[in-house]
Amino acid sequence: MENEGDQVIKKFMYMNRKAPYGTIYALESLEVVLIAAAFDQDVSLVCADDGVYQLMKGQNTDDIGMKNFSPTYSALGDYDIKKIYIEKESLEERGLSLDDLQDLKYEDEDDDWAEKDSIHLVSREELAQVIDEQDVVFSF
Amino acid sequence: MSMLHTVNKSPFERNALDSCIRLAKAGSAILLTEDGVVGAMKNTNYSKTISDAMSNIKFYVLGPDLKARGLSEDNIVDGITVVDYAGFVDLTTEHETVQSWL
Repeated sequence: MENEGDQVIKKFMYMNRKAPYGTIYALESLEVVLIAAAFDQDVSLVCADDGVYQLMKGQNTDDIGMKNFSPTYSALGDYDIKKIYIEKESLEERGLSLDDLQDLKYEDEDDDWAEKDSIHLVSREELAQVIDEQDVVFSF
Repeated sequence: MSMLHTVNKSPFERNALDSCIRLAKAGSAILLTEDGVVGAMKNTNYSKTISDAMSNIKFYVLGPDLKARGLSEDNIVDGITVVDYAGFVDLTTEHETVQSWL
């Protein structure tokens, strides 16, 4: 936990483990993440298990009568959410690679607004470490 | 006449598809819908289960649910037939009964 002036900054992690559209979890997670970002907390997102499907490129919901919320992920960088962890093993189990997912970026204000990758491909072991460092983990 | 089974849960998350394949009689059909469509994809840890079951079960997948999730019809396990909503209706009329797995 960090203290910045009077404000306590906690490490909040949002753990996404479900495919989009079949249940409401993916959309609810995204909404809560955006709310948390408004409170200037240290936010990170994880996509593991079926959660990796949330970031698939080329989603088109015209024929299922639901809102396609996948373009919203590309706005996360503007909300200062720059840590999106993708579990490598989850991709592999599903025959997917990073090329199948959206290429999410953010602009680094400390580095002349250089565009940098928000997506971090991590092994199961590395992910376990990142989870362990959190103050709060929300499951979706 | 045979039975149509529908499965709407991902095989990576629930065992509905496993149970369905285990309990469906030879000659039945299984239609994958909603999050169940991820089970139709090639090169996954689940693909072989589908290919193996295909010798006596016919598999279908709902196209609009693939499209919603950014999954290409070109990447589904060989032998699975893609249907649209009209095709879904046809399947329900071609089979005597429909069982929806949860």
